[in-house]
Amino acid sequence: MEILVILIPVSLFLGGIGLAAFFWAMKTKQFDDPEGDAQRILTKEFDDKPRQ
Amino acid sequence: MTVVDDFAQGSERTPISACPACAAAPSAERIAAMRADRDGRIMLSLPLAHCAACISTVEAALSAVPGVRSARVNLTRKRVSVEAASDVTPAHLIAVLAGEGQEAHELDPGLLSTTETDRQGRELLMRLGVAFFSMMNVMLLSVAVWSGAEDATRDLFHWISAAIALPTVIFAGQPFFKSAWASLRVGRLGMDVPISLALILASAISVYETWMSGHHAYFDAAVMLAFFLLLGRYLDHRTRAIARSAAEELAALEVPRAFVLVNGVEVETAISLVIAGDTVLVRPGARMPVDGVVLSGASEVDRSLLTGESLPVQAAPGAVVSAGEVNLTGPLTLRVTAAGKDSSLHRMADLVAVAEGAKTRYTSLAERAASLYSPLVHVLSFSAFGYWLWATGGDVRYAINISAAVLIITCPCALGLAVPAVITSASGKLFRKGLLIKHGTALERLAEVDTVVFDKTGTLTLGVPEPVALADHPPHALALAAALAAGSSHPLARALADGAVALGVQVAAVTGIREVPGYGIEGQWQGMHVRLGRADWCEAEALAQTATYLAVDGQTHAFAFTDRPRPGAFEAVAALKAAGMTVEMLSGDAEAPVRDLAERLGIANWTAGVLPAEKAARVAELSAQGRRVLMVGDGLNDTAALAAAHVSISPATALDAARVASDIVLLGQDMAPIADAVRIGRQSARRIVENFVISGGYNVVAVPLALVGLATPLAAALAMSLSSITVSLNAMRLK
Repeated sequence: MEILVILIPVSLFLGGIGLAAFFWAMKTKQFDDPEGDAQRILTKEFDDKPRQ
Repeated sequence: MTVVDDFAQGSERTPISACPACAAAPSAERIAAMRADRDGRIMLSLPLAHCAACISTVEAALSAVPGVRSARVNLTRKRVSVEAASDVTPAHLIAVLAGEGQEAHELDPGLLSTTETDRQGRELLMRLGVAFFSMMNVMLLSVAVWSGAEDATRDLFHWISAAIALPTVIFAGQPFFKSAWASLRVGRLGMDVPISLALILASAISVYETWMSGHHAYFDAAVMLAFFLLLGRYLDHRTRAIARSAAEELAALEVPRAFVLVNGVEVETAISLVIAGDTVLVRPGARMPVDGVVLSGASEVDRSLLTGESLPVQAAPGAVVSAGEVNLTGPLTLRVTAAGKDSSLHRMADLVAVAEGAKTRYTSLAERAASLYSPLVHVLSFSAFGYWLWATGGDVRYAINISAAVLIITCPCALGLAVPAVITSASGKLFRKGLLIKHGTALERLAEVDTVVFDKTGTLTLGVPEPVALADHPPHALALAAALAAGSSHPLARALADGAVALGVQVAAVTGIREVPGYGIEGQWQGMHVRLGRADWCEAEALAQTATYLAVDGQTHAFAFTDRPRPGAFEAVAALKAAGMTVEMLSGDAEAPVRDLAERLGIANWTAGVLPAEKAARVAELSAQGRRVLMVGDGLNDTAALAAAHVSISPATALDAARVASDIVLLGQDMAPIADAVRIGRQSARRIVENFVISGGYNVVAVPLALVGLATPLAAALAMSLSSITVSLNAMRLK
């Protein structure tokens, strides 16, 4: 059962990454315009950097 | 062209120093304040935007305008936000977009600020995310315990669960703790009190059991409870936020601007800065921003939104006009008698606020369920505690364990989802049909409706005139009228000209056509003087209904008009009558047009010439008879009745005050969705009750188990998730 010492922290860490990603998405307003973002990938005018 | 425009505007806008000595002129500071109110951010509504191409067209077109720093389309909200130099006007941007084939309307950014940053929704979503993360991890550990982890392993798992669950409950449970505390402080037992108690008790008991190396810990139940309840809260919040943002958008479409004459120069000003004594210019087609007296100009004004009259009224110097009326033919210069909060429009809106406050508060199904449920749960839990304390001869630990299990199992996971899930699904369906549900209990109230009262002008009709039996008029009169009507933009003239074109009338050769604002159009035909316009101007005898008159060489001829019924009005009335409702029509208009429309739509009960107060009185009378009234209206004269009715609907074209007073807004022109709304309202009320029965059913099975001490954390988890899922699925059955 010693494997638990590794497995539990690993599973918590992975879950934590998901949670952190969710927080980041919330903070950077990724959920403000889901429909627009879905359509924007279809436009031909893309640039290297997101517009500020 | 833009450069020329900008230059012209710029030169127009620097007259301050031209007359520094004018004592009567407003101070330079005030003019500066008038201009400063527009910051560099412009919001435009794009009702037709729907695809990737629309986004790039709009953004490219706007970015190409000199002075525009950035333009970003939000397709979900169908608007574009533009950062621009202060000399870029919204009107210019709208013209640019119109050139690209995109319809755009200006929005008032001040009114939209609250929806831009939906902080409450974001916070709820954050808590929901945290609760979900913990639920998954704690559940993983709990499954291991349920499947037989023993001794030290079990204790370790419990401790890890505690480390995850406790911070989660503290963070995610805050909305419940706060509202429970608020309701306890005023001495009420809301739904959040048992929820908070269950969360706290479950966590505390589990920590204690873990400390004592006990077998059962309820960490998973606590975080699951938080997750499901937050989900219900979030759905509820989102439905309301969508409705609110759409309602705000409607309000923001009427940008409160007025053109104030300062030293003979027009200055575009926010209405809030206009004061009594100012001189305001109102262009044809615009709405009066203030109450005032006409100083110069001649025109006709449309009062239908204020009084329901479909016939325009003449306005000449000395005439008194009220805010909200529409100027039809010629420009008018007004001296402001009352503006902003003192204007008659605002006073009427205040009356509505009073009427709304006085309206007996409707107890929603959820509130009724909570008032029954909360005391019952507490009594059950405490009596279980008392009984087991007595039965075990003073074993406090066991007794608390049982009472906590009772609280956790009865906790209203499903009850918390029962209403929001149904309302979310129903308002989503209705929104797609073009109905905006503004009020949370509107659907429940709609389900109880048995009488429908309609307003006429602007509600059952479009407020657009249509000539009556045009083909029956003598051809020479039609030919003349068509020629004259083509020279004016007055609604009656336009309808007449369009009707004549549709009939293929050969237009007479009238020369020297000239519009006399406020009266009509005149010209020369075969050496004779011809006129088309008001009855007194043409020396004709006025009809009882809306009409325009043709005068040729002393002979007169009348063209009668009727208001065009709104599309879907006939279907809506028929469907409502088929659903067993009494349909009534109350109008402030004259008898002839009201009778005519009532016959066309098959409405047996109608009253004409009704005053605003009488409308509200009629609705109150029906309510006193025990009827549940649905009021559908759009004008200021309907607002008191809208506020007094059990539930109310107004079209999007309605006056701001009427939309504020109503529970549901009809977004499109078509009226047929009203019948759907009643049907879906009835259906969702039924689903809500079903959901209560389902979650009650789970409790009937699970509570006895908990009371006798047989409930394990596994049973609690099963009951909780199963009932929540069943309730959500039931909500989705709405058609």
